[in-house]
Amino acid sequence: MKKLLLALTAATALVAATNAQAADKFKACWVYVGAIGDFGYSFQHNQGRLAVEKAFGDKVETTYLENVSEGPDAERAFERLAREGCKLVFGTSFGFMDPEYKVAKRFPKVLFEHATGFKTAKNMGVYNLRWYEGRYVMGQIAAKVSKSHIGGYIVSFPIPEVLMDINAFVLGAHSVDPNFKLKIVWVNSWFDPGKEADAAKALIDQGADVLGQHTDSTAAMQVAETRGVHAFGQASDMIKFGPHAQLTALVDNWAPYYVSRVKAAMDGTWKPDNVWLGIKDDHAVELAPFTNMSDDVKAMAEATEKKIAGGWNPFTGPINKQDGTPWLKDGEVAKDSVLLGMNFYVQGVEGALPK
Amino acid sequence: MRIELVKRPQHSILFSALSPVVALILTLLFGLVLFALLGRNPVTAMYIYFVSPLTEVWQIHELAVKAAPLILIAVGLSVCYRSNNWNIGAEGQLVAGALAGSILPVMFPDFQNFMLLPLMMIMGMIGGALYAGIPAILKVRFNTNEILSSLMLVYVANLFLDWMVRGPWRDPNGHNFPQTIQFSDAATLPAIFPASGRASWDFVFALVAALVIWFMMEKTLKGFEVRVMGQSPRAGRFAGFSSGRIVIFSFVVSGALAGLAGIATVSANINQLQPVISPGYGFTAIIVAFLGRLNPLGIVVAGLVLALSYLGGEAAQTAIGISDKTASVFQGMLLFFVLASDTLIYYRIRIVRSRERAGEVVHGHS
Repeated sequence: MKKLLLALTAATALVAATNAQAADKFKACWVYVGAIGDFGYSFQHNQGRLAVEKAFGDKVETTYLENVSEGPDAERAFERLAREGCKLVFGTSFGFMDPEYKVAKRFPKVLFEHATGFKTAKNMGVYNLRWYEGRYVMGQIAAKVSKSHIGGYIVSFPIPEVLMDINAFVLGAHSVDPNFKLKIVWVNSWFDPGKEADAAKALIDQGADVLGQHTDSTAAMQVAETRGVHAFGQASDMIKFGPHAQLTALVDNWAPYYVSRVKAAMDGTWKPDNVWLGIKDDHAVELAPFTNMSDDVKAMAEATEKKIAGGWNPFTGPINKQDGTPWLKDGEVAKDSVLLGMNFYVQGVEGALPK
Repeated sequence: MRIELVKRPQHSILFSALSPVVALILTLLFGLVLFALLGRNPVTAMYIYFVSPLTEVWQIHELAVKAAPLILIAVGLSVCYRSNNWNIGAEGQLVAGALAGSILPVMFPDFQNFMLLPLMMIMGMIGGALYAGIPAILKVRFNTNEILSSLMLVYVANLFLDWMVRGPWRDPNGHNFPQTIQFSDAATLPAIFPASGRASWDFVFALVAALVIWFMMEKTLKGFEVRVMGQSPRAGRFAGFSSGRIVIFSFVVSGALAGLAGIATVSANINQLQPVISPGYGFTAIIVAFLGRLNPLGIVVAGLVLALSYLGGEAAQTAIGISDKTASVFQGMLLFFVLASDTLIYYRIRIVRSRERAGEVVHGHS
């Protein structure tokens, strides 16, 4: 018993010591909705965290909580980090918005950043990526590469981000091949390798020879590889899973943003931001190397990427809504606020929006 | 030499009491080994895991937040399980309760007075009870297997919730995201001690439910009926008890408590409906119910222990960087050792030397 007590006291002291040691370092923390080993969304956020560690060495300390579900547990995750000395906390999923906001109100001295949401406070900023820019390029590649003129697209939920990307993909595809058709399968999950693989097989059986996805697992890429069709990676470069299948991947490159925000917080210049980063912002939206395509397709993709980096928006009119009613006049550029609440298909997308 | 299990003539009262303790000690010992294998100082890790969450007031609040739905649901499940009705669908009943309880704050946001919260809680209980009534009636009328029907109804409830928050109940000003409008303050279950943390009244509900169900099971005829029908339905029928009534009764009680857990956790902690409202409380509560030996008072302790293992898991993630899977491993070990130790209640260990004959020998247990 005595020994146990001694051990416990020693342990307490040890914990206290690590806390004290941590005090002179800047502590940046992350909350992930998935596992860092998902090779997709959370994996990429964690790459950003590792980049912060690399950039600042022993001036920073980082920590994270993974697999935090978007329910009653989320608030505790943020509270824990705020109390354990984190000075800057990144919440990386939309569903963390309200819990993070509540904790931010309670801990005014801790800085918070929330990915993909819209609530801000004096100590809480939001950041997001313009994935649709990359989708437009992918749509163009798909239409060029496809021999059947049919593409397959595996999607999660009909939220604005997802609809925006479907629209951009189809606009891109139709800019090079008006006969290109996109078949869409909703799997109602962000991460479900089984369903994603089934969807991929069904799409290939229906004639699709290029697959895109707005879900996080590598399953569709692996199916594409075995069935000998092409596919686009999602969130991270999935070339390892589809060395002959992957055309490019839409990579979430959070690292430059995370490094700049941690630096700002360390220098005391941090202000709550509301940023929507795209290809032009240090390639926050990054297209993985163009592979498994001919040189002229590659040249076209690079030209489009450059054009977007130069400030051109894929949602530039004339664009009609699906039913033919005009949306954007010739030369008119979609407002960000409209895109962020997007709840309709543009002309050319087939099928009805799931209700 | 070999080791055999020999059936005891009567179950051991000593081991009934000791078994959870044996299980806990074994879990801790294997935990030390686990941490050592992970390359961490096992004593420090154990301290962070099981003691540090109890050293700060806010964490004790969080313990109550996490334990409240687990206890509420598990207490209800204990009634089911002791009457030999296998309700595996508490998660779905929780969702049904959350939906029913949210009718007022979502559809009538202007209805705000002192009646609102009690009405929400009662509607939540009714929602959960009705939803649990489906597998119960199917069992009574058609002799359906309630394990399958209650489990499958979980998916139905989750998909219905999903459809509601993306469809009819979606917040019109929510940027098209799948969530309802925020509940008003009048529809938010308040914290018990708001100054020090967010533990709310659902923890009190859980304690009251445990006491009431304990009293019912031990001191009333209804409780006797539940236990008799669970242990020997034939004897129960001779005593004039109706097995159908008990099936309905136990499902309705556990459904109502799961529904209450659902609306209470939504009202207190989330303030709106969204596609995911529970991190699997309804399933974890099954472990809690058995860990608490299907005794409502034991379940209070078991719920706190399990909540502690979640909090400790998070503390260990941030403090010493071990994976969140460790918490699941701990819970798995705990349940495994509890079930294993329970063997000692009905069997004793006997070491047989050479070729001695072993009387009534039972290999394994039924």
